[in-house]
Amino acid sequence: MPAAAGATPRAPRTEQIILFRVASQLFAISSASVQEVRSVDSLAGSSAELSAPGLRKVRHVVQRGDTAFFVVNGAVHFGLPPTPGTLVFVLRETRTALLVDGIDKMTAMTRLQATPNAFCHEERTWYRGLTALDQTVIPVVSPDGFLTPDEIILLDAAHAAQQAAASVAAQNALPSSETTQ
Amino acid sequence: MTVALELDLQAFVLLRLGDRRFALAAKHIAELVAPSRIFRFPHRTPKVEGVILRRGRIIPVCDVGNILIGKGILARRFYLLAVRDYGFQKEWVAIPVTGECELINAEVTPASESDAAYVSGWLSHNGEVIEVLNMDALTPGPAPAPTRTPVPNLAESLP
Repeated sequence: MPAAAGATPRAPRTEQIILFRVASQLFAISSASVQEVRSVDSLAGSSAELSAPGLRKVRHVVQRGDTAFFVVNGAVHFGLPPTPGTLVFVLRETRTALLVDGIDKMTAMTRLQATPNAFCHEERTWYRGLTALDQTVIPVVSPDGFLTPDEIILLDAAHAAQQAAASVAAQNALPSSETTQ
Repeated sequence: MTVALELDLQAFVLLRLGDRRFALAAKHIAELVAPSRIFRFPHRTPKVEGVILRRGRIIPVCDVGNILIGKGILARRFYLLAVRDYGFQKEWVAIPVTGECELINAEVTPASESDAAYVSGWLSHNGEVIEVLNMDALTPGPAPAPTRTPVPNLAESLP
């Protein structure tokens, strides 16, 4: 039976993704998940060091508007050889900013395959799935997979304690009007 | 008598790992393919090396050599694509093998309690006693949860 007049084959739906590198390993992330891409240098003024016990992958917090984003070192998170990182992805609808080595390219994927069930550990939360692009398989990271709710609570507590300490130090540093008179 | 014996025969694929041979029920074999590039990415599951791409399908590669013969499989002749049952769905898993595979019909003896979990039985072939492998115990996967309601296929495709 001939196709109905005017009917056009539906183009496959695609999702825009950013291919990025961490320690030479290629990953993908949905570009819709990335609120902002900044160089490490450009964030120097709005970031602060942060130390949370037992959470080696987060060393900085960056303030964007009213929200504090915890900078996750991608290499440490994935257990890859440490790299300094040059770019930060501020991830939408999360408290995570991801430190990466660089962007490879922006492209589109037409199919995301669920992570095979043989992978049955932390990687199931790290990745939304796998995609095949140009005969290469690339893991597509999940923006929610970098920090667990417990880790965010821990980081918030460390950040609050650090801010309180800084506030006390600032008050102590102010010259008292009573003592100066 | 002959008819009854023939009815007990089942089809198995014999696979070679180093000096040893193992058997897998033929109904659990999807394909035997030449080795291809393994794509590796960070993960925390031991035994899974990475994935191969086969006609657009992404298939995990599980090196079972350490379990079965005490060392990893380096010289690979083929990947045996076997079907792994996860309860709520079946998926293919690639098993590296070091030699030719052979399809046989044999009678299987069920495993005993003293056998390893990955042994589902034994068969005898050309004077050799061969372990029949249980893929579900041999390859990694989420812990079984028999009372859980079936989970829909997680494959997220963008039609």
